[in-house]
Order: sequence, then C-alpha cells, then structure tokens
Amino acid sequence: MDLNNIASQLRLLTQKLLAIVVFLLIWEIVPRVGLADPVFLPPASSAFTSLGHLILSGELVKHTSISLQRAFAGFAIAAVTAIPLGFAVGWFKTFEKYMDPLLQTMRQLPILALFPVFILLFGIGELSKIVIIAIACFWSIFMNTVSGVMHVDALLIKSARSMGVSHSDMFKKVVLPAAAPSVFTGLRYAGTVALMVLVAAEMIGANSGLGFFVFMSETRFAISEMYATIVALTILGVIVNYILVVLEKRATRWKEEIVHS
Amino acid sequence: MTKIKAENIKKMFKIRSNGNSKNNGNTSKELLALGGVNLSINKGEFLSIVGPSGCGKSTFLDLVGGLTKPNEGNIYIDGKPVNGPGLDRGIVFQQYALFPWRTAIGNVEFGLESKKIAKNERIEIAQKYLSLVGLSGFEERYPYELSGGMKQRVAIARALAFDPDILLMDEPFGALDSQTREILQRELLRIWEETQKTILFITHSIDEAVFLSDRVAIMTARPGVIKNIVDIPLSRAVRFEDDVRTSNEFVRSRHELWGLLKEEVVKAQQIGVKTTLKISSSEKAVAQGEAWT
Repeated sequence: MDLNNIASQLRLLTQKLLAIVVFLLIWEIVPRVGLADPVFLPPASSAFTSLGHLILSGELVKHTSISLQRAFAGFAIAAVTAIPLGFAVGWFKTFEKYMDPLLQTMRQLPILALFPVFILLFGIGELSKIVIIAIACFWSIFMNTVSGVMHVDALLIKSARSMGVSHSDMFKKVVLPAAAPSVFTGLRYAGTVALMVLVAAEMIGANSGLGFFVFMSETRFAISEMYATIVALTILGVIVNYILVVLEKRATRWKEEIVHS
Repeated sequence: MTKIKAENIKKMFKIRSNGNSKNNGNTSKELLALGGVNLSINKGEFLSIVGPSGCGKSTFLDLVGGLTKPNEGNIYIDGKPVNGPGLDRGIVFQQYALFPWRTAIGNVEFGLESKKIAKNERIEIAQKYLSLVGLSGFEERYPYELSGGMKQRVAIARALAFDPDILLMDEPFGALDSQTREILQRELLRIWEETQKTILFITHSIDEAVFLSDRVAIMTARPGVIKNIVDIPLSRAVRFEDDVRTSNEFVRSRHELWGLLKEEVVKAQQIGVKTTLKISSSEKAVAQGEAWT
C-alpha cells in the first residue's frame, strides 16, 4: 500500500516536471546544434552554471534582497490602502457610481509611462520605484476588492438581515468573508505585477536590484549571467506566487476545491 | 388566537424599461405585485400559500419577514405592526442561503450571535438543533461538503435555533429531489409537533401543501390576492401513515385545490412569461437595494 502511494506520488511529480524538463532540454540542444547563436543564447547548462557562480559570490543575494525589499514595500503599501478603500467603494453604492468612470479610465493608464513623472517627483532613489510598484499593485487589489464586495450573494445578505444583524456585523460576518476570495485573487495577481514592474523600473532607473543586473549584464556582454538572472527572477516569481496561493488557500479553505490533487 | 394578521397588503414594484424595449427609454412603470392581501394565521397553525408562479407568494413572505415594506396595508404579529426583520421570525429560503465560510454548526450559531448568547451556550443550543434535524456528527462540515437535503436541514436548524415563534418557509423543498423532499416534509411535520411553531409555508406544489398544512390559501395570478382558504381535514396522526396521500380526504383536498388554482395558472400564463421574469428580477433588486442602504 505504501509502495503504491510512493509510486503514484512519483508519477504525479513526473507529470508536473515533464514539460519543464523538455523545455530545458530544448534550450540546451538548440544552441549546441547551431540552431541559435550560442553567443546570444547560451545553452541552459551555462546559464545555470552562471547562476551557481552568482549565488556563491553573493552578488545575486545582494541584488535579490534589494529587489525584494522594493517589491514588498510597494506591495504592502498597495494592500493596506487598496483593501480598505475597495471595501468602502464597494459597500457604498453611490460612492461607487461617482468613482467608477474615473477608476475605469485610470485602470487603462499604462503604469510605466508614469515612471518618468515619479522620477521627477520623488527622485531617482528608492521612493520612485516603490511608488510605481505600489500604484501598479493597487489597481489589481482594489478592483478585485470592489468587485468582491459588490458581488456578495444578495440572498446571503437577505438571510443575515432576517436574523437581525447590525450594520457592522453585516460587514464583519457577511461581506468581509464573502469578498475574501476575490481580494486574494487581487493580491495574487498583484504579486506578479509587483515583480514585473519592479524589473522594468530597475532597468530604467536603478543601480542595484535584479532588473538592473539583467540590464547591466547585457551591456557588459555577460550573456550567460543575464540569462542566469532571468532564471532567478522566474524562480522568485514562482516562490512569491506559491506563498500567496498558500495564504489564499488557508483563508478560503471553506471553498470547494475544484481540482483534487 | 391570531398570530399573524395581514390587512389589505399592497406591494408595487418599479420596473425600469430597458433601452431595447418598444417604448424606447426610461419610462419607469409600476407593477402591482400584491393587490390587497388579507390573511390571518393562528398561533401554532401550519398555513401554506399556493399560487401560480409570479403571483407574489414570495413577496408576501418577505413582507411578513420584514425584509421589505408594503406600499399599503399593515402586517401585525401578536397585534404589533411589523417594521423590519426580527428574531421572532425565522426564514428558510429555497436556496438554503447558508454562509459557505461557516461550518454547519457555525451557521446554526449565526442567529444566536445576534441574540448575544455566550459561546458555550451557543454551541450547546446549535448542537441540540442539529440533532433535531438529524445532523448530529456533521457539525464541522462546510456547506459544500453537504448534500442539498442536508443543507436545507442546516438552514431549518438555523432558523429554529434562535427560537422564533414563527417559521417562514419560502419553497424550502423546491430545489430537492422528490425522495429527499418527502423525507424532509415528514421531518418538518415532526419538528412542527415538537416545537409548536406557527408556520407560513410557500409552495407551488398542491401535494406538499395538502400533506403539511392545517389550511391552504390560494393566491390569484398577479396582482396577488387571497382567493380562497381551504381547510385540510387530516389529523396529525393520519399524516404519518404511509398511504395518507391516497386517502379519500387527501385526494379530495387536492382535487378541490387544483380546481381553484387551475384558473389562476391559466391567467398567469396569459399575463405572460415575460412579466413573470421581470417581477422576479425586480424582487431581487428590491431585496438587494434595501439591504445596502
């Protein structure tokens, strides 16, 4: 029985990793057989060797920690502002009516276009980068929170009212938990956005961080280091997403799991 | 002794015409859902309302529940006018309306929390009512882990737990399969006997109404008024016998009710499917709109 279990676990793991392994193999083979110029696309193994060197030299750790600090600061500022504001806008319908056109317009604004503005306002230092990450994250958290609050099942509201709940209890006991899944969807998406905007901002104006390092490696023509950093960024993204998914699952464990794994 | 008294209840809904309708634009029409309902329900009585769909049965139940206000007329409970929801009335909805983030026992505790009952006592009471509806051992299950019948049992336990005098049930078994429905109908009769509640029950099933009720009120097609009230001459003991549904009294009552209802169903169909849809969506809008303010 135990052996069966291990076998099925192994099969599951193979299933999950197969496509990734195939992708890495193609990456390895394509430059080696000359389908791509190995100068511009070194094989996977050399990117991973560089990654090892960068980790051992401590260089990668330095840039990663700076990047994470920026991303986390921006993300946190966005979360603590967007969630309360989202609940307020979703809860007070009239407010939402007035705000909606502005919000819909602002949402279409390509956020990176604002980066030069922030550099003007906040300088080239940390603040401008944190602000742009915060604003980018803000929208996804805010929009999802508003929509979560507005789409609380009317029947649940009715049911709670029939049991004589106060306004504050209606919010605490019905609206808050009902909107939670949507808020978490926003947070998860914001995690991805944070890393994306971080890299772009660091490429445009920074002298540290992973985005800066990718850019620098390219200008120094340290191509395998550049790929190594891109790989590191991807792994970072996977980890951040994983953490947010775990938090989400823990907060919404009352939801039916559609995929059983 | 009269428990619930409805006097000349009228309820109007505003219907917003959409741009794509013929009278292009924003004329808001008023639709009379209830056209003067008069009804008295005695203490401890089981009264059902049957009527064609869209006749305003559920609207009436919402009014008794205090979830909406009538445009005209008054509803009295123990002689006092209703002005809002209260813990003297428990409502059971067709779609269960359980809070999915709460376990079965957490759901049953909900109304008790409004009553400011201490945690220990709450759990005790909730367990008692879960066992009354036959769900001992399912306390920690979330609604998604329960079948439709079990969810409705939880909803019934929840409505009973805060000990209201009146149970308002809005087609509670309408979404269940027929076997589960029959089982729950029997259970409800048993619970009614044990708890001595006054029950106002909405259904579109004549069979269900005859099986459960002391009296059945027939509502007309929109605008809904009470057309007739029929006494059901079945003793409580007889109802638990297996062949009650084929007994003479049962068949005769069902026949009488169907005779009265048939006309209204035809009328309702002439009013049209279109308006039926409209009214149900406007009911929702009202429920929601008033909830947010």
